Amino acid sequence: MVTTTYLEAGRRALAEEMRRDPTVWAVGEDLGRGGVFGQYAGMVEEFGPLRISDAPISEAAILGAAVGAALAGTRPVVEMRFADFALCAVDELVNQAAKARYMFGGQGGVPLVVREPMGMWRSSAAQHSQSLEAWYVHIPGLTVVAPSTPGDNLRLLKAAIRSDDPVVYMEHKDLWGIEEELGEDEPPGALGIARTVCEGSDATVVSWSAMVRHAGAAAEALAEEGVSVEVIDLRTLWPWDRGAVLASVRRTGRLVVAQEAVSAGGFGAEVAATVSEALFGKLKAPVKRLGAPRVPIPYAKPLEDMLRVGSDAIAAAVRAQLRARLPKRT
Amino acid sequence: MSNPRPNLDLERLADRHRRMHRIRAFEEQAVAALEEGLVLGAIHPSIGQEACAVGVVGSLAREDLLLSTHRGHGHTLEKGASAAAMMRELFGREGGNCGGKGGSMHIADFSVGMLGANGVVGANINIAAGAAHAVRLRGERRIVCCIFGDGAVNRGPFLEGLNWARVFDLPVLLVCEDNAFAATTRTAAMTGGPGPGARAEALGIPAHTVDGNDADRVADAAAELRNRILGGGGPQFLWARTWRLTGHTAVDKAAYRDAEEVAERWKDDPIARAAATLQAHGVAGETLAGHREAAVAEMHAACEEAKAAPWPETAALYADVQDVGDPREAAFRW
Repeated sequence: MVTTTYLEAGRRALAEEMRRDPTVWAVGEDLGRGGVFGQYAGMVEEFGPLRISDAPISEAAILGAAVGAALAGTRPVVEMRFADFALCAVDELVNQAAKARYMFGGQGGVPLVVREPMGMWRSSAAQHSQSLEAWYVHIPGLTVVAPSTPGDNLRLLKAAIRSDDPVVYMEHKDLWGIEEELGEDEPPGALGIARTVCEGSDATVVSWSAMVRHAGAAAEALAEEGVSVEVIDLRTLWPWDRGAVLASVRRTGRLVVAQEAVSAGGFGAEVAATVSEALFGKLKAPVKRLGAPRVPIPYAKPLEDMLRVGSDAIAAAVRAQLRARLPKRT
Repeated sequence: MSNPRPNLDLERLADRHRRMHRIRAFEEQAVAALEEGLVLGAIHPSIGQEACAVGVVGSLAREDLLLSTHRGHGHTLEKGASAAAMMRELFGREGGNCGGKGGSMHIADFSVGMLGANGVVGANINIAAGAAHAVRLRGERRIVCCIFGDGAVNRGPFLEGLNWARVFDLPVLLVCEDNAFAATTRTAAMTGGPGPGARAEALGIPAHTVDGNDADRVADAAAELRNRILGGGGPQFLWARTWRLTGHTAVDKAAYRDAEEVAERWKDDPIARAAATLQAHGVAGETLAGHREAAVAEMHAACEEAKAAPWPETAALYADVQDVGDPREAAFRW
């Protein structure tokens, strides 16, 4: 076993895939110096500057070129530096990458991975902190992954690279340093399968990415109060594991969805709506969504903290659900 | 308008004349079919620009890759796509190049290296640069050709894609097929500076200008630039100046141009020019008329075949979205 950080897990996944498949290459700004967070440290030394390629600050060209390179038989891994910057390449991702396979009638695919480091981290403010995963879930043709652990980052990035379709791969910047013991041989994971973080019978908390830790902490706190909470980490948001969520809520009768993103129009709404449609008669309390208010992310830490959904908010939501009384059905 | 040259290859020009007629006839049939409601969505004819398609794409090898635009019927035909399959695609029928799911603006034929028209102006430039990047990474001996219009030079991908092609020294032929109009606006009115060639030169890419209505000259220029690229010369830029003789789309009457100007431009029709040169060198009028007749017959047959073709099966709706996930909300039964 090797103690591995979330950041190192991503590097290891890419390196192992590049050793396995000569058509895999990575391109992005500053990769030759290890990338903005060091996710590519040492890789140019092993793979050379053609396969760990620097790029001009041209997000549209980075992503557009990746589309062309994918159509022409390679598997590019694109680094966008910050998820926010990927917005400079929305046409390339949404109009081109996501649609090529379908609109060309299956003649060619676009096997590319777009790495988009996401989320609030060290007062990065409005243009370096966003959680925009829901935007991409809305686009047919895109797979959306948001791992919460080093092991998942290793296994799911491998799966993303091997996918024949474009994958938006969102690593959370606040998770770079977390550690996990990982095996010497870790095969790719399965896209679309959730992970049950802890089992419980009173309520289900669904989350993904960095929010999973807070959900776990809330479950621990509630356990001390005698409340049994099941925490589900979705891991991938498209496809998402509806079966696992519905099976859990069918047992517990209560659902809290916790996300770092703006709640309005967020992915939590999709989970909440799906559960409400499917399990209306089995719910013991109204579904609860937690997320950020609809404001840009502020710089000052006390203000930034006010946006964060933490374990306290999650625990409070579960407690409120346990107190909720639904009108008696006749 | 005939332009006799000492080393004129009559056979080659006659063949180009024949191929320009195929493109013209394809588009005329498509426009007629649109009026009948058989072609479903917008089409963008390239009438008057056929010399660019024949000259540029005709100079490519089968293994070369091509990225085209929303005005790409001629490029696609010249790359070797079947006219019958293309017409089916425009009709939205089974057996179209894209199974009826792309239409005119997203037509592609990967089997002949045609990696797609594009509904977004200029978007193909970065894609072409990336395809050339893959060619270089894989050590292949072929080029990528990207054709875009004059409107594209005002989009960001023009700057980003050309810079990309230059800094990575990629085997890509960038062709600005300048038809003088960006949709219904005169491009010159909305474009600063001396034009596309100067912009390419500013990014370090050698630019060449050619009369885009002269099929031979376009072909000579494209062939020469292709050779330079294959010889390690890096990206090359060709500015082919032509003129769009009809509207932006098939339903655009182009009333923003006066009849005199259009009539004057019709005198420079690339097909008529090629015909005049050929006749001046003794090619029989019958031969030239035969090119037109054969093209019309071929494209008429393509239309008839498309008309008889079935619609795509329902399963096609859900096919080729992506490997994972089920696109049908209703697939989940509670």
